[in-house]
Amino acid sequence: MRFVDEFRDADRARALAARIAARCRPGRRYTFMEVCGGHTHTIYKHGLEDHLPPEVNLVHGPGCPVCVIPMGRVDDAIHIARQPDVIMTSFGDMTRVPGGAGSFLDAKAAGADIRMVYSPLDALKIARANPDRRVVFMAIGFETTAPSTAMTVLRAAEEGLANFSVFCNHVMIIPAIKAILDSPDLRLDGFIGPGHVSAVIGCEPYEFIARDYGKPMVVAGFEPLDILASVHMLLGQLAEGRCEVENQYARVVPWHGNRVALSAIGRVMRLRPHFEWRGLGFIAHSALAMADEYAAFDAERIFDLPGVRVADPKSCQCGEVLKGVLKPWECKVFGTACTPETPIGTCMVSSEGACAAYYNFGRFSREQMRAAAREPLAEEASRA
Amino acid sequence: MSREQQVLDRIERIRRRKPVIREERITLAHGAGGKATQTLIEAVFLEAFRNPLLAPLDDGALLRLGDGQLAFTTDSYVVSPLFFPGGDIGDLAVNGTVNDLAMCGARPAHLSAGFILEEGFPVADLRRITDSMAAAAAAAEVTIVTGDTKVVQRGKADGCYITTAGVGLVEQPVTLSAAHARPGDAVIVSGPIGEHGAAIMLARGDFDIEAPITSDTAPLHGIVSELLEALPQHVRALRDATRGGVATVLNEVARASEVAVVLREDQIPVRPEVTGVCELLGLDPLYVACEGRFVAVVDGEHAGPALEILRSHPLGADAAIVGTVAAAPAGLVLLRTAFGGTRVVDVLVGDPLPRIC
Repeated sequence: MRFVDEFRDADRARALAARIAARCRPGRRYTFMEVCGGHTHTIYKHGLEDHLPPEVNLVHGPGCPVCVIPMGRVDDAIHIARQPDVIMTSFGDMTRVPGGAGSFLDAKAAGADIRMVYSPLDALKIARANPDRRVVFMAIGFETTAPSTAMTVLRAAEEGLANFSVFCNHVMIIPAIKAILDSPDLRLDGFIGPGHVSAVIGCEPYEFIARDYGKPMVVAGFEPLDILASVHMLLGQLAEGRCEVENQYARVVPWHGNRVALSAIGRVMRLRPHFEWRGLGFIAHSALAMADEYAAFDAERIFDLPGVRVADPKSCQCGEVLKGVLKPWECKVFGTACTPETPIGTCMVSSEGACAAYYNFGRFSREQMRAAAREPLAEEASRA
Repeated sequence: MSREQQVLDRIERIRRRKPVIREERITLAHGAGGKATQTLIEAVFLEAFRNPLLAPLDDGALLRLGDGQLAFTTDSYVVSPLFFPGGDIGDLAVNGTVNDLAMCGARPAHLSAGFILEEGFPVADLRRITDSMAAAAAAAEVTIVTGDTKVVQRGKADGCYITTAGVGLVEQPVTLSAAHARPGDAVIVSGPIGEHGAAIMLARGDFDIEAPITSDTAPLHGIVSELLEALPQHVRALRDATRGGVATVLNEVARASEVAVVLREDQIPVRPEVTGVCELLGLDPLYVACEGRFVAVVDGEHAGPALEILRSHPLGADAAIVGTVAAAPAGLVLLRTAFGGTRVVDVLVGDPLPRIC
């Protein structure tokens, strides 16, 4: 398929892998964090690590929108969903995220009207079709999804839809990266920057990472060759003693971002003084709430929320995984008490979560897998 | 042994434990064909009904009656919408049961049909459904010989649900089972995958995506009987790749046979339209349901002839050898990606697409 296959070509991957290996200094270890969960998913889905030399180590960052939602917010959302006249709408990823007492899926089985949507505009459609019900959209995600939530609210305001509101949980990537950079137990050589977020905010906001923290960053696309190319660019910066923000994903990411999207966010939302992140704790100015002008569409003001903070389960080490301090399999409950069927931590829920990606795609000894995968197909064997 | 490997071994041991159902209520995930469905079947139904005929959990049961062997199976259909490009709930209900019998190596003979109808359901729609059932039965050379009808109040069902059961005769001296795969066997799929699931998704109209995709629903007894007549001793297992798709079916084989299945992504037939829809919606075609495709595990030395037989049948024109069976790591399905990497293909917990059949 055009625009897909050319970014997944095995021959180009092998050529790039050879150039990556050639750029590594023998005996030196390079640790890069891919900030975005979409990258984590791509890495595992395509078996990308098979193309990396042993010197290069990828750690998975906090950029999975579902993974950073704290349990108390899930409980608040379920509280809203349980109101008899409410239809709660949510992205599919959210439905299995555990709160303090069950997930959306459990609440739905117990009678709440919770519907999966692919876009906030679908939630708006549901609101138009059900004028006697209150329709709430569970808004999650980084600057990637915030513009579509904002545009939806603007549309609802234009139409005067009084039965639509947003439970806003939008978070911002820069404070999260800063929290990781300030974390004392971190050893990173550079960042693979988030592509879709950057399509909105641009590359400029990352400049402090190179300037103040001395870490290079390459903003990367989501196809496997994009990620290999970004690793190659990071190694190039290190080899040449450069430290800057580079844009590998220029086919989508404009350096200065998307002004229209940013101004929509600016109109409809305001910065929260602080917000709790799963595993990372409270981070100042790290999330968005609905602006006062759009209070009529703000589920937090419409509904009386319990707002109870629920501590993460003691055994759960999502925080360390989100910071890249632990590999998923190093968590005490990984794959035993915490599995995709019965997740304890959010990293095990979303297909972009590091633990779920590792459990579903990369759970097995690479040597054994490679040996098994080398067996030829029957057709090839009979030809040979 | 590395610490990572120790953790992974411990996980495998835990995965082999008897499944326990933890939820207090049934969720949609229990009907999705993935791990939650597996757990429900093993922890509730198998636990209650356990007997040697049920225990293998194959597509149907094989019953010995006198000198003959009978295959017996049942399936319920709740697809939404009832009518979709390429078919409707009627031909799906006939073909699905015909195919389950075919996967047991049986020649389908007779079907039953039970209807649960919602008050207010248009008789014209019911006629449309029964007409297509009659046509599908004629095409599959089966007769619908008994049935049942129930009507429930408006709102207590969604239009029309159908349950069919079927019996067929096992005429070939074959022993097919998901537990019979051996290292060196070849894995064949009978045609491009994921078309039924993709067609249903688009027919629901939830996405503003238009693509010329029609359901692949079709009776498979003909193509299967040609394969079994030619190679009765060399076909180890047959599975129609319905709910959960090819990935789920092959996980069942890997688990039951305690072997590894190694797939080659670049050999798996998927039509570009289906690839496109799956890319847009973030789905993997390996997990998307088919209603007229099956997976055959065949002795590796006879894979070539098996492929030729399938390709000479109109329903198997695009059949392909997509992988091999290896000894280790037992119980796993691996994928050599088109990108040149390797990964696991696990069973999904739930399916984002309920009511696909």
